[in-house]
Order: sequence, then structure tokens, then C-alpha cells
Amino acid sequence: MADSRKKSIRTVLLYMALIFMAFIMLVPFAWMISASLKLEKDVFSFPIIWIPETPQWGNYKEIWQRVPLLTGFFNSVKLTVVVTVLQLVTSALAAYAFAKLEFKGKNVIFMMYIMTIAIPWQVYMVPQYKMMTFLGLTDSHLGIILMHTFTATGVFLMRQFFMGIPEELLEAARIDGLSEYGIWAKLIMPLSKPVIATLCITSFTFEWNDFMGPLIYLSSTSKKTLQVMLRMFNTQYSSNYALIMAAATVALIPVLVMFIFLQRYFVEGIATTGIKG
Amino acid sequence: MDKLSRPNKGDRGSNLKRKKTLVAYSFILPSLTGFFVFTFVPIIFSLILAFCQWDSGNPIQFVGLKNFFYMFLKDKSFWISLKNTIYYTAVTVPLTMAIALFLAILMNKPLKGRVFFRSVLFFPYVASLVAIAVVWMALFNPEIGPVNSILRALGVVNPPRWAASTTWAMPTIIGLTVWKGMGYYMIVYLAALQGISKDLYEAAALDGANRWQQFLNVTWPGITPTTFYILMMLMVTTFKSYDIMYITTQGGPGESTKVLAYHIFNQAFVNSKFGYASAVSMILLVIILSVTLLQFKFEKKFTSNI
Repeated sequence: MADSRKKSIRTVLLYMALIFMAFIMLVPFAWMISASLKLEKDVFSFPIIWIPETPQWGNYKEIWQRVPLLTGFFNSVKLTVVVTVLQLVTSALAAYAFAKLEFKGKNVIFMMYIMTIAIPWQVYMVPQYKMMTFLGLTDSHLGIILMHTFTATGVFLMRQFFMGIPEELLEAARIDGLSEYGIWAKLIMPLSKPVIATLCITSFTFEWNDFMGPLIYLSSTSKKTLQVMLRMFNTQYSSNYALIMAAATVALIPVLVMFIFLQRYFVEGIATTGIKG
Repeated sequence: MDKLSRPNKGDRGSNLKRKKTLVAYSFILPSLTGFFVFTFVPIIFSLILAFCQWDSGNPIQFVGLKNFFYMFLKDKSFWISLKNTIYYTAVTVPLTMAIALFLAILMNKPLKGRVFFRSVLFFPYVASLVAIAVVWMALFNPEIGPVNSILRALGVVNPPRWAASTTWAMPTIIGLTVWKGMGYYMIVYLAALQGISKDLYEAAALDGANRWQQFLNVTWPGITPTTFYILMMLMVTTFKSYDIMYITTQGGPGESTKVLAYHIFNQAFVNSKFGYASAVSMILLVIILSVTLLQFKFEKKFTSNI
């Protein structure tokens, strides 16, 4: 009797703690959306009015006219899609060779990849930028694509997964006369959906949210990404909080939509890559 | 006849081997070429550039250790940003880990709405930093922000000036960092907790261990490798971050939130001192590589323990 009462008290405390934390996480987003639908003069009125009496949907129309946010949106979509696809294909190809094929120099080349994983971009962003300037790739999307596509982590992640695919499957396919390219396309890739999902999600969120890369590389407004535009918006219209919040909401939506549909893959990806097995 | 038309066995073997190697190279070539040109070469280049002077007006020139002498002896900003980086890391890392572990333990219980809580706690991690930072700066606006409005309503006469004050700017940024990142580490911890066998808890309960003792003797040893992994990962991530400072405070007020990576960025892309910026980046590299080496060393120890 006392035991079950103790247990139910504990359950109540558990839910209270979780609801409190969820509240802390959600309040900034709720405030953002609420402010984005207000008149400028009402944004900071106190006590906070969470649901404005007449929602100013016009804010969401106006933001596109103030700063070329739409251009930024399309630039972000373009960079995100291109980098994600290219990274997936090049990483998966290289990872297959590292995991399943024998060739001269394999270990040396793989070591080269591994060594650079630990080196953050901040260490070599300066010479990389100078090199890109020399090659005429700054202020172009191509420069950013080339900079972000070929990652050691992508290759490493896929290799780890491919290593777990049984050799017998490959041998059987080889006996059936499939070429290595055929095996890669028809056997390995269909078997690797979980790791493909993980890599795509990581790459998508990184590229969509990346700020410093485009900030450093892109100078013409027509090429800037949504995140940089959002930043421009803040500095140019620093007192127009309602509009800023509307723009921030727009910048969050694509990742939010993807997150809602794929949240299982987000979580599984972290659980498998986050813990070193 | 047969012998003439068909190459001998040894030849055929080496032909096959060569063909195999060529196929393998065709698989790695796209990745390797890009990786080599755009990552590996710049890394090597940065090692050289650290010993060179290269400003906007002057051509590149080898100067030996001059950059490092200047950094250690004359550049006050370097020392300030190093100190700030250590402050930022030393508070962010343990705070994130403690909250992440606490949340993971809560989430590991049988729970209604688990997916909802998990999503809500995790979402800030994948949300755009620029967007989130804008919201935080508005919430913590010292004059009109809702946080200070609430504090004033509660009777605090002079609430902190948050990002506008030299004392509070760093804690504000740390708060934002922890808030944004803890959901990710919660999920890593949660996976580790789920890997601990239920039998161990039952055995401990049979031995009369209370909850706290169970945590100390079963949970904590079970997640030690994960704790270590998270510690290393978080240290590296916090040590190199500077986008959050750029977006929120631009390193200010004064230099109170200027961190090492921000100093590199400033030297290179604002002051056009490319050689000197590379020299500073070597310090960042040394620190991060030491952390990584430590990880390699202890990882063996931990994995052999399980």
C-alpha cells in the first residue's frame, strides 16, 4: 500500500519534471511564433499576450519584400540538395572500396581520411579560403559544394556499416556474374537504408543550418543562403521584431517538417553513431 | 593452340589483380580527389602558413616563429580569447552532460508520450542557430525582453543585462548552447542506458540496494564509456565553436565573449592577417588533438573493461 503510493508519487514527479523541461524547450518557439503574428508595438507588451487578438498574417507576406528571402530560400535548397546527394554518392562509393575491396595503398589512404576527422574546419578554413580564392571559387555555390561534399566522416560512417554486410552475400553475387558496380548499386545500397538515412539527415541539417561557410564565402546578395539573409534581416531591421520572428519561423520550417517525418531516423542515427560499438 | 590464344595462368592472375585494383580506385577516386584537394591540401597548407607572414598588402613570406612570439608575448586578445574559450568549455560541458544524463534517466522509465518528450527535447539541436539566437536575444533583451519583464514583475529591481553586460554575456551564451545541445546527448545517454541489462538491476535489488546505490553500482559503471565519449566529443565541439558568438554578441561586449576560433576568424577575414590567423589556429589544433589522443588512450581501457 505504502509502496504503491510511493510509486505513484514518483510517477507524478517524473511527469512534472519532464513537462517542465519540455516547457523550457518549447517556450522560445512559442514566443517566436506568437511575436511573428503581432503588431510591432505589441511584441514586448507585458504581461505576455500569447495569442494576438488579430493575428498579423501580413508579416509573413512582408518579409519576402524587405530582403530577398525567397532567393535565399532557393539558394539554401539548392546547396542542401546538391551537397547531400553528392556527399552520399561519393562517400558510399569510396566506403565500399575501403570496406570490401583489396587494393594497393588502401590502409595509407584510409589513414589519411581518419587523421583529418579530428581536425576541425576552424583550423584550415583560412588556407582553404585562400586556395578557393586562387581557384576563383569564392562567391560561388560551386566553392561551397566542393568544400562540403567530400567529408571524411561520411566515408567513415558508411564504411563502418558496409563492414557489417556478410562477405558471403557479395561472393554469391560475384558468382552470379554481377560486377562490383552492380553489387554496389543492387546489393549494398538497398541493404544500407539506415545509414543512408543517417548520412542524409546529418548532411541536410548541417547544410541547411550552416552559417559561417556561406558568410565567409558568398558576397553577392543573389547567392546568399537563407541563414545569411536572416542575419542580414536582423542587422538591417534590428527593431522590427515581429518581422524578424516571422523570418526566423520560415527558416525553421523545413528542418521542422523533416524532423517530424523522420524523427525516428534522427534518433536511431545518433544511437548507432553516437555510441562507439 | 590453346596455349597461344590464352595467356598463361600467372599473367592472367596479375591481369585480374590489376583490373581489380583499377575497379577499386574507380570507387574511391571521386571522393579522394575532392577530399585531397579541398581538405587535405589546405590542412598541410595551414601548417606552413603558420610560419609565414601574409597580409592583404604584403606577399607571402616565411618568418619562422615570429607569429608565435607575437601571439604569446604581445597579442592580449589571444590570451583573452583563450581564457574565454576555457571558461565557455569548462561550464558548458559539465552542465550539458549533467542535464542530458538526468533527462535520459527520466526518459528511460516506462512513459506515456515518450516520443513527444524526446522530439521536443531534441528539436533545438537540429534547429537553425541563427533563428534560435535571434529569439534568445529578443527574450533576453535587457530593456524590453520578456525575461527581464518577468524578473522585474517578481521584484528584481536591477535584472542582469544579459548579452549586453561583460559579466553576463558569457553565461547567456552558455545557456543558449546548453539548451540547444543537451537533447542530442540525452539520446546518446538513453541508448547507453537501454543497453544495461535489466538482470543487473534485479540482482542489485535482491541484494537490498536502494535506488541511489543501484545508480552508483549498476548505472554509472555501465555508462562510463559513453560518459567518456560524450565528454571528449563535447569538449571538442565547444572548444571550436564561434558561430554562436558571432551571431549573438560579435565577441562583445568588449572582448568578453571572444573565443579562440573567433579570434582566428577575425584575424583572417576582418584584419586580413592570414599567416597570423593560421598560427593561432595551430594552438586550437594542438588542444583538440590532445583531447583526441587522450580519447584514443582511454578508449582502449574502457572497452577492455566491459
